[in-house]
Amino acid sequence: MYEIEVKNVFKSFKDVRAVRGISLTIRAGEFVALLGPNGAGKTTLVEMMEGLRQPDKGEIFIQGKSWRKEEKTLRKIIGLSLQETRFTEKLTVLETLRLFASFFDTEEERVKEVIELTGLEHKQKSMTGTLSGGQRQRLALAVALLNHPKILFLDEPTTGLDPHSRLDLWNILKALKDQGETTLILTTHYMEEAESLCDHIIIVDEGKILREGKLADLLDENASNLDELFINLTGKTLHENPDAAS
Amino acid sequence: MKFKNTQICQLTYTQFLETIREPEVLFWGMLFPVLISIGLGLAFTQSSESKFRIMLVEKNSSELDSLLYIHAQQDSRKGETVYTWKIKDETLGNTEFKFFRTEWEPAIVALKRGEVDVIVTDSLGKAVYHFDPHNATAQLVYMKLSALLKSPVSTAVKETNFIKPLILTGVRYIDFLIPGLISFGLMSSIMWGVSYTIIERRSQKLLRRMVATPMKKTNFLFALMFVRILMNVVEALFLFFFAWLLFGIRIQGNIAALTVLFLAGNLAFTGIGVLVSCRTAKTEVGTGWINAVTMPMMLLSGIFFSYHNFPEWSLGVIKLLPLTALADGIRSIFNEGAGWIEIITPSIALSVFGIICFVAGLRFFKWY
Repeated sequence: MYEIEVKNVFKSFKDVRAVRGISLTIRAGEFVALLGPNGAGKTTLVEMMEGLRQPDKGEIFIQGKSWRKEEKTLRKIIGLSLQETRFTEKLTVLETLRLFASFFDTEEERVKEVIELTGLEHKQKSMTGTLSGGQRQRLALAVALLNHPKILFLDEPTTGLDPHSRLDLWNILKALKDQGETTLILTTHYMEEAESLCDHIIIVDEGKILREGKLADLLDENASNLDELFINLTGKTLHENPDAAS
Repeated sequence: MKFKNTQICQLTYTQFLETIREPEVLFWGMLFPVLISIGLGLAFTQSSESKFRIMLVEKNSSELDSLLYIHAQQDSRKGETVYTWKIKDETLGNTEFKFFRTEWEPAIVALKRGEVDVIVTDSLGKAVYHFDPHNATAQLVYMKLSALLKSPVSTAVKETNFIKPLILTGVRYIDFLIPGLISFGLMSSIMWGVSYTIIERRSQKLLRRMVATPMKKTNFLFALMFVRILMNVVEALFLFFFAWLLFGIRIQGNIAALTVLFLAGNLAFTGIGVLVSCRTAKTEVGTGWINAVTMPMMLLSGIFFSYHNFPEWSLGVIKLLPLTALADGIRSIFNEGAGWIEIITPSIALSVFGIICFVAGLRFFKWY
């Protein structure tokens, strides 16, 4: 059984056809990157996998269960970090984590563990409104990890971060990968992120999968890296059209 | 420890922390109503002396000049002559007339600016009064002054048997104002504390983040409402305490009935608050909706002045407004000694209205 199974999924918003017939499967413990420019349909696809949007057509199964029938069970096994989530500014990091821990009925020890894992020890008493971009992303990751998720969805977790903060976050995710207990689905438009963290890369544009596979299988004599591959496939770079809705 | 970490406790605790960590909440919710009550209470309650300003535009001497010469005190300020005529009155309070001698044009300008109430000219030695007949103050000046010219005095002499000043609890303006302020505070607090909070969290995508966990949606709404009601109780008690301390306000009716009515008011406005905030994710749109609900009620429901001043045809509609029902009910308990019988109807009406709005709001509620 696959950890995630997406079967011919479609999703449109008014005139925009965000996802056009995507099918994919992800095995347990895999780290998968959904790579594509802004507006490619990555976020819409991930939000459907997270159970936050209903597909217009097609089916999605998480551990063989559908969101419609078993939402309550599935909410307990997934962790996620949305694009642009702002936590309540008048709560500290510790209070925010305790609040989310209560939703999962998680013990206080786990709160301490995720604080340590994400390197937020010295910021646990700071109001979230005073955190830097990188610290906010680490908090979002800490919240996502509270329930020991079997499946972790991270939607552009390093967008807007400086190189140092990005590297910090990658190290945390690499440590998670080494533990081998979590399946990760990561959306990004940073080629290095996909290359550095993920076993399996799915290149998406205009709501369709253009190519997928292991990094080594995707590259050939015509494309020595993912940027070149993307240009070969679409005629444009990954960073074009930055203002489009994803 | 386990108890503290339950969803409902954490939601309530963090909601409470967020509320008290906003200094503006403490000012607008607690201090501001007290300041309003002090300001309006002093302005409308301590009226022991009435002061009126009159422009004197005369070509020749009139009967008024000779009386001013005898009874008034003359001063010159910045080249302007001012006559002050004080009439002492132990029953109705003292009256002070200030007369400014000037020309017709400046007198009209002063009248337009509201600096004076009446202009007095002369005709064949008699005083002629010029004023807006729809202005109640100007009418009062005319009546008092014309009576004074017929019988000029410095101390009012009245047949005291015919005037019995009412010194009862609950008849002062401040007695009218405080229940209105408590009701208005409750409405504002819920509309901004519940509606705006929901809309803001939706716009920040925090609602979406929260419902992407096993959090029970009802727990979130319950915590939000519970903290707001708790704050409303504290704010109302704070205002009542200062009103009691400064103005001697008392609750003459049934306190248990007052509690039930207060909770019914909370239920009604929470329902409205959830309905108003059920869809939009834009705080600007939300602010517009909240103002559209609160402003008409603030103006029409008799918070600061009686709604009986509005046209007769509108009173039926005004009485149906939730804020009117709440303010009238609280006022009747404070000032008229009302109990269960009087408040049972408004309490049920407010509760039912709140539940209907709440259910409708949840029906269309957009979590993300």
